[in-house]
Amino acid sequence: MSLPKVHEIPIGGIITEPGSSRRNPTGGWRSLKPVLHDDRCIRCRICWMYCPEGTIKEIKGEFVVKGKKYQYKYEIDYTYCKGCGICAHECPVKAIEMVPET
Amino acid sequence: MTTALQKARTVLALTSNYAAAYAVKAADVDVVAVYPITPQTTIVEKIAEFVDDGELNAELIHVESEHSAMSAVVGAAAAGARVFTATSSQGLELMHEVLHIASGLRLPIVMAVPARALSAPISIHGDYSDVMNTRDTGWITYIAASAQEVYDTIIQAYKVAETVLLPAMVAYDGFLMSHTTEPVELNDEEEVRRFLPRKDRPNVLKPEKPITMGAFAMPDYYYEIKYQVQEALLGSLKVIEEVDREYGRTFGRSYGVLQTYRVEDADYIVVAYGGASFGNAREAVDAAREKGIKAGAVRLRVFRPFPADYIAKLLADVKAFAVVDRAIAFGGPAGGPVFAEVVTALWMRGIDTPGLSIVHGIGQRSMYVEDFVKIFEMLKDGEKSKVVYMGLRL
Amino acid sequence: MIEIRFHGRGGQGMVTASQVLATAAIMEGKYAQAFPEFGPERRGAPVKAYLRVDDKPIYKREPIVEPDVVVVGDQSLFVSENPLEGLKPGGVLVVNGAYKAPVKTYYVDATSLALKILGKAIVNTAMIGAVVKATGIVRLESALAALGKYFTGRLYELNAQLVKIAFDQTKEL
Ligand code: SF4
Ligand code: SF4
Repeated sequence: MSLPKVHEIPIGGIITEPGSSRRNPTGGWRSLKPVLHDDRCIRCRICWMYCPEGTIKEIKGEFVVKGKKYQYKYEIDYTYCKGCGICAHECPVKAIEMVPET
Repeated sequence: MTTALQKARTVLALTSNYAAAYAVKAADVDVVAVYPITPQTTIVEKIAEFVDDGELNAELIHVESEHSAMSAVVGAAAAGARVFTATSSQGLELMHEVLHIASGLRLPIVMAVPARALSAPISIHGDYSDVMNTRDTGWITYIAASAQEVYDTIIQAYKVAETVLLPAMVAYDGFLMSHTTEPVELNDEEEVRRFLPRKDRPNVLKPEKPITMGAFAMPDYYYEIKYQVQEALLGSLKVIEEVDREYGRTFGRSYGVLQTYRVEDADYIVVAYGGASFGNAREAVDAAREKGIKAGAVRLRVFRPFPADYIAKLLADVKAFAVVDRAIAFGGPAGGPVFAEVVTALWMRGIDTPGLSIVHGIGQRSMYVEDFVKIFEMLKDGEKSKVVYMGLRL
Repeated sequence: MIEIRFHGRGGQGMVTASQVLATAAIMEGKYAQAFPEFGPERRGAPVKAYLRVDDKPIYKREPIVEPDVVVVGDQSLFVSENPLEGLKPGGVLVVNGAYKAPVKTYYVDATSLALKILGKAIVNTAMIGAVVKATGIVRLESALAALGKYFTGRLYELNAQLVKIAFDQTKEL
């Protein structure tokens, strides 16, 4: 891949195209994979906030877990999840489990 | 069409610090970050007065340090504002890392720096140690020599900075200028605003056209982005000259990047910067010529980008030159930092005019016209290739 | 070019006196340069201020070593230092109170006048009146107009009065 020359790069190191990091699917970096057990999730949103890649998605809808109604659930986008394990570490109810990639 | 030149002249008695404040008002600056340090403080005090009186519609941000002052104007400039701050000495040192960020992000910040010595020992007095330490930060650096020039240069600096997209510093002698009352002719403010139209630039944060600023750069990109700064800074010399000429046509005063005095037939030239050094050198030229020495003086009005071609051309055919530095390049190859720069400029062009490095005015040690006459006498006596610490009790 | 060196004590306002006179000269269309001998501003410490006035632009920025005029705001300074040092032959001393010096001298009792009018021993404005009378470096009206750039309201009224009275009472010794 040929990289852009000096005058082909925007000044000041600015990135002019929003969301350009989408072109870098970091999912391939994973050796462990986070699995979110929705039946244990209390919707605290901590994993969503902590994920350094922003790959945990908040999905709107009607969800009933253990008799409680929720308006959200959380899902991991494995195209970008790099397997760092921060979500699993931070989850207060251990709803996320790191399992080896198969 | 009536031009500014045809209008009635407004001449006020101002210190260089107040002249800086009047220039900021004329430039209709949006955001000013304020943190006090001697001898800079009266600039922002005056600006605060203007804001309080409703003469300047600017946001005054009282920050908790100079590091924050520079960070605040970086943020405001990134948001598209026309910004100003000022500092001296330790304050400029505390800003240092953010100075690199300002140039790296290509933000057209303008800052005034009444130059002051550095601790320890504590000194509130003037010299250029603080300014010289910013040599490689990527800032355009002017060094003015009168209150009038401080006023004119700050206005010019906005135009240059907003054209080449680099920050610009306007330095001048702490105390010897910052607190000296002199005549300053003010421009018509409407005219200044026409001279400084607001322009769009690519590196502004706008919700409707989002960009990322301050992102990480890996080894495969960092070098190119920093080279762009180098290229822009070197290229700014031409813009500095153009803006100075345009300013001259509009307001009747211009300076060039170098100011010369009786250099046309000179055998010996003293290169200096700042008001006290050059003012005294200029008087010494006349005195030395009365003694039969063909003397001339040159003032570096622009230190960054270094006007190497011009300096080399001036010094190529003289018998010898001296550079008077009001800073010490500790442990460096010569006593004075600018001497080293001048010699490099000559060497790069294959010129071997003999030179003397003079260090003087450190911590505002008094400099007299007589001292500069002595420099011309030393040059005439063939002294060269050494460092002279003038005014020092040895 | 006329070069004036002011000697006073921190708090007497000699720096302001030099600035007011520079401002007056600039208002008359002349070139002027006023600057203090800078130091930490301590009340009571000896201070110097310099003033140059010329019809041409002024370039030199060295301390004044050979003044045409020396202004002394406090006679006790003759004990601790020599304010007349370097005074040009034929030069003039303007002093607060009758002080016998071996040079042409003008004096005014600035302290008494200041105490009477301001209620404080701040002698700078009285010395402005004295310098204007002794040297004619600027017109009295210019000095009063320049004073208006440094003082406003009642403070201006009192100080302007002081300048005028000091101007009238300044005599050659
Ligand atoms: S493992 Fe890391 S990257 Fe993947 S979802 Fe959890 S926090 Fe995000
Ligand atoms: S941190 Fe755990 S409990 Fe909280 S939202 Fe994420 S998965 Fe659910």
